[in-house]
Amino acid sequence: MLDIVQAVLLTVITAATPLLIAAIGELVVERSGVLNLGVEGMMIMGAVVGFAAANQSGSGALGVLAAIVAGMAMSALFGFLVLGLVTNQVATGLALTILGLGVSGMIGEAFIGVPGLRLPKLDIPVLSDIPFIGPVVFQQDAIVYLSFALVGIVSYCLFRTRIGLILRAVGDNHTSAHALGYSVLKVRFLAVLFGGGCAGLAGSYMSLAYTPQWVENMTAGRGWIALALVVFSSWLPMRVIAGAYLFGAVTVLTFHAQALGAGIPSQFLSSLPYLATIVVLVLISANRRLTLVNTPACLGKPFVPDR
Amino acid sequence: MKNFLKATVAAIAFAAVSSAASAADLKACYIYVGPVGDFGWSYQHDQGRKDVEKHFGDKVETAYLESVPEGPDAERAIERFARDGCGIIFTTSFGYMNPTIKVAKKFPKVKFEHATGYKTASNVATYNSKFHEGRYIIGQIAAKMSKTGTAGYIASFPIPEVVAGINAFMLGAQSVNPDFKLKVVWVNSWFDPGKEADAAKALIDQGADIITQHTDSTAPLQVAEERGVHGFGQASDQIAFAPKAQYTAIVDNWGPYYIERIQEVLDGTWESKSTWGGIAEGHVVMAPYTNLPDDVVAMAKETEAKIAGGWEPFTGPITKQDGSVAAEDGVTLEDGAILGMNWYVKGVDDKLPQ
Repeated sequence: MLDIVQAVLLTVITAATPLLIAAIGELVVERSGVLNLGVEGMMIMGAVVGFAAANQSGSGALGVLAAIVAGMAMSALFGFLVLGLVTNQVATGLALTILGLGVSGMIGEAFIGVPGLRLPKLDIPVLSDIPFIGPVVFQQDAIVYLSFALVGIVSYCLFRTRIGLILRAVGDNHTSAHALGYSVLKVRFLAVLFGGGCAGLAGSYMSLAYTPQWVENMTAGRGWIALALVVFSSWLPMRVIAGAYLFGAVTVLTFHAQALGAGIPSQFLSSLPYLATIVVLVLISANRRLTLVNTPACLGKPFVPDR
Repeated sequence: MKNFLKATVAAIAFAAVSSAASAADLKACYIYVGPVGDFGWSYQHDQGRKDVEKHFGDKVETAYLESVPEGPDAERAIERFARDGCGIIFTTSFGYMNPTIKVAKKFPKVKFEHATGYKTASNVATYNSKFHEGRYIIGQIAAKMSKTGTAGYIASFPIPEVVAGINAFMLGAQSVNPDFKLKVVWVNSWFDPGKEADAAKALIDQGADIITQHTDSTAPLQVAEERGVHGFGQASDQIAFAPKAQYTAIVDNWGPYYIERIQEVLDGTWESKSTWGGIAEGHVVMAPYTNLPDDVVAMAKETEAKIAGGWEPFTGPITKQDGSVAAEDGVTLEDGAILGMNWYVKGVDDKLPQ
């Protein structure tokens, strides 16, 4: 019995990690007042570049690094268009997704049908010996640990440091932040880069750890789910964890329910992760004032400095 | 949203293919539902297209459009090809059926070939493969090799072809071990490597030590390899992803059919018909049997030869899940009954989604 609980938890962690990383990146972007709908495109670029780099160099770490750079490059393009040329954020984000899907297909052509390498598991000494919890939580690959660290760091920086305060100020009222002497565009560009890096990392987790292979369109809409998680978590990092893990858990449990022969219609089970995540996050967001306070007021609004 | 994206991608793809003018005798054109890089359904059709290029050289020019959504967009894509001077157009997904028929009426001189459908016209032929023949063989292998007596089946959508596949697998397994158990998980997607991997893990965690799938990625086989259980490749030989786990694979081999039909167009002998080829015709090919003891390989080859000789896996006695008789002893199901299958055989541990 314990074995199967452990097995389920392990599967949940793999399913939730890419969502968590992509969502936490996008959360920072949106906190700065920019809406980047190109998460899926940056993620798939991360997946293909990460796979290609790891395949060519034989090093998983290099692959992950290359994926982060690829995600950042995509987001830099987005930042240049949206912040520099003040293009429409929604349209530009969509274009970024289409571009990413197309270019990744082109880059990846040589890697179809080539088995990839899997990121090694890093056992954390002592902790990994804890019965039950140890094998589940402390025998993972580096990206899983990194995903938790990311949430912690983002949460701390956002609410406990000056950098976070500036970021939130830029996202809530860019005119005032500008008047105080902060460079709105610079802050936003850096936030966009961070989001791109995270999306790239999430993509590399797909192609190097989750399912170590390259196939076109392999992220299969996870970028969009990450985007939705950010909104439903009302821009709070800890809630993103809750959302991502809940989504992963319900997905995996529906498969187990089917394998047990529970007799519940599979179409209903397939929609359950979405339903459950929305319901739970709406419930925990019932405090309307808190939600209102946390919604970046300038989200999606362009800013052109007057001088 | 997704459709919009697909449409845009398709529009971009148009621009790429329509530029080349031809000096060849015939232009053969292909419409794919997925990306050619899916390493599954569309990939195998594209391998067939490449076989055509290799076989005919400069005589036949080919072109393709990938990721064309089923529905109105498909009609535009097919019509564009017809106007572009394609002599024969292969539309390779079920959802292209009505658009194909519609466009074919407007272009009576162009030959159309629609995969997996059932509507024909004087210039529209249909073709499909008997993949369930391969599934019967892997069912036998699974029952021979499984230690837990349980296999896991990752299924995409509850359409007759998938259901027939599950049934054929089960009949094969029962021919070896009448008590064999089969767990089915529907992922409601043709292609999502992550979900397929999660489903495979769930099945293995619940005691399945053989994994097979009717979805398009290699992810389930990779999970099998990692967990030390075994499985079968889908659509293409996937041994590179699971050198220790793959027993064999059911390979879609469209090349011979494409070459045959294009030759007929060149000779002027092409006519509309419905082709449903299997192992006998070489349209379904079993990848080399690996990781298996000799007696199991011998059994698999024997069954393969029997099927190639004209034996149909859906031959009675077959009992439905509800206990009613589907086919009496020695009676073979008709093609229509197999192509429209919407019931499980007895022993499948699942309720068919309706």
